[in-house]
Amino acid sequence: MNVTLSDTITLSVQLFALFNVAALAAVSLVWLERRFLGRLQGRPGPNRVGPLGLLQPIADAIKLMSKEDVAPGSSQRLLFYAAPILVFVPAFVVWLTFPLARDVVVRNMDMGLFFFVAISVLSIVGLVLAGWSSNSKYAILGGFRAAAQLVSYEIPIITMILIIGMLSDSLDFVKVVDAQATIPFIAVVPLAFVIFLIAGLAEVGRTPFDIYFAESEVVGGPFVEYSGAHWAIFFLAEYVNTFVIGILGALLFLGGWRWPFGADLPQVASVALLMGKAYFIVLIIFWIRGTYPRMRIDQLMAMAWKWLIPLSFVLFLAAAFQLKFEWPWWVLTILSLVILVVPVIVQSRKQRNPALELAARYAANAIVVQAKPRPAPAVEDAPVVTPAAEGTSV
Amino acid sequence: MPVEGYAVNWAAVVIAAAVGVAGMGAMLLGSFLLAPRRPSEAKAIAYESGIKPTPLAWTQFTVRYYIFAILFLIFDVEAVFLFPWALVFLDTAAYVFYAMIMFIGILLFGVAYAWRKGVLEWR
Repeated sequence: MNVTLSDTITLSVQLFALFNVAALAAVSLVWLERRFLGRLQGRPGPNRVGPLGLLQPIADAIKLMSKEDVAPGSSQRLLFYAAPILVFVPAFVVWLTFPLARDVVVRNMDMGLFFFVAISVLSIVGLVLAGWSSNSKYAILGGFRAAAQLVSYEIPIITMILIIGMLSDSLDFVKVVDAQATIPFIAVVPLAFVIFLIAGLAEVGRTPFDIYFAESEVVGGPFVEYSGAHWAIFFLAEYVNTFVIGILGALLFLGGWRWPFGADLPQVASVALLMGKAYFIVLIIFWIRGTYPRMRIDQLMAMAWKWLIPLSFVLFLAAAFQLKFEWPWWVLTILSLVILVVPVIVQSRKQRNPALELAARYAANAIVVQAKPRPAPAVEDAPVVTPAAEGTSV
Repeated sequence: MPVEGYAVNWAAVVIAAAVGVAGMGAMLLGSFLLAPRRPSEAKAIAYESGIKPTPLAWTQFTVRYYIFAILFLIFDVEAVFLFPWALVFLDTAAYVFYAMIMFIGILLFGVAYAWRKGVLEWR
């Protein structure tokens, strides 16, 4: 038991710096997401405050802080105000074990991967508490949904982290990165990266999985009664969590600061390499957000329990056998690619919806008819289109 | 690892939590200084699409949340067993490996059973 005062002061300074890094990363993501989504949707995005709109997140923060902080009269005040902090603090605490380069880490833990799993789950409590203490129907529905969704997607994430721990024979982040000096784990277990990314998206509630605060259904879910600075804390926590998924993906699957160079780069270059990989993953997350529609809750739960969990355990067994019987590493690659093909085939068969096919045929006919009108019916087996085919109207 | 190592690690966790709370506290203080305070009765009503809400929102809810929570609990407890196993299974006796394979098999059978029983359908 040997924690001295100078240790404490050093730690506090380090953690304060880390806090600023996390907050800065989150703020940069706010800007990046809005600009990137704007680009995806063919509009400029925020471009008025500062060059390229870079100061927009700061303007947002000032606006949110100067908003009146309203709480419903029927809420449980203590829990209502504690909930945002309970969501944010675990999102920040996990940062202390992330190595940004070999020695750029506050505390490198022997069981860093386990620490991440143990701490990150805690923010679910905050979300449920926010929903419950608001004493609003939308909030409590959102809280239940958050609990159901987040615990379901926790299992695949834990299993994927465990597979990485097995492959690198350690739960220490630095050793995990060292194990990927020549071959990153994304090449060894591609399926694990896919499952990790999907479950990670669900864990931070990014768009295809944002059913628990879906505006069109539960108008903000657990956050519906929050305003001003308390709402801003939830917002910040969401972006910090998104970046955590980016960093974690870079450390566990993309080789951290080592791959593709093998040897260690100088410290600054190492941090830049890791951050570049993290931002790359984050951009994939934003790209998915800009592309896919929101999933319904039944689809969401089915995806977790019928696809991700069985697949992740099959992959876990495959990794265990590969290690136990010392098969070459590419056996695992081939196995995981084969397993990856199964859901694609099954889902593409399931999606052969007769109504959709009919609609597609109508659409195809309409285009053909507009291009070159013909006197005779264009298609025999689609009689409904016949009047259109004669050139009257489309 | 000596006891000191763990103590220092966990001190770091506690301080990190404190820094996180302090950071948020600074933000809330800023809001306290900047934000106007004009409470009114209408603002204190919980939002329910413009309808006057019932006094308590803590209503009954579907049992499916419980079922998923219990299923999750099973897997989470399993993770507690899997983490130590994953680090040592290469260095210990062969039966350790096969015992865990059987354990995972039983759990997967449990999921299959729940699936067959229709528990995984969200109706």
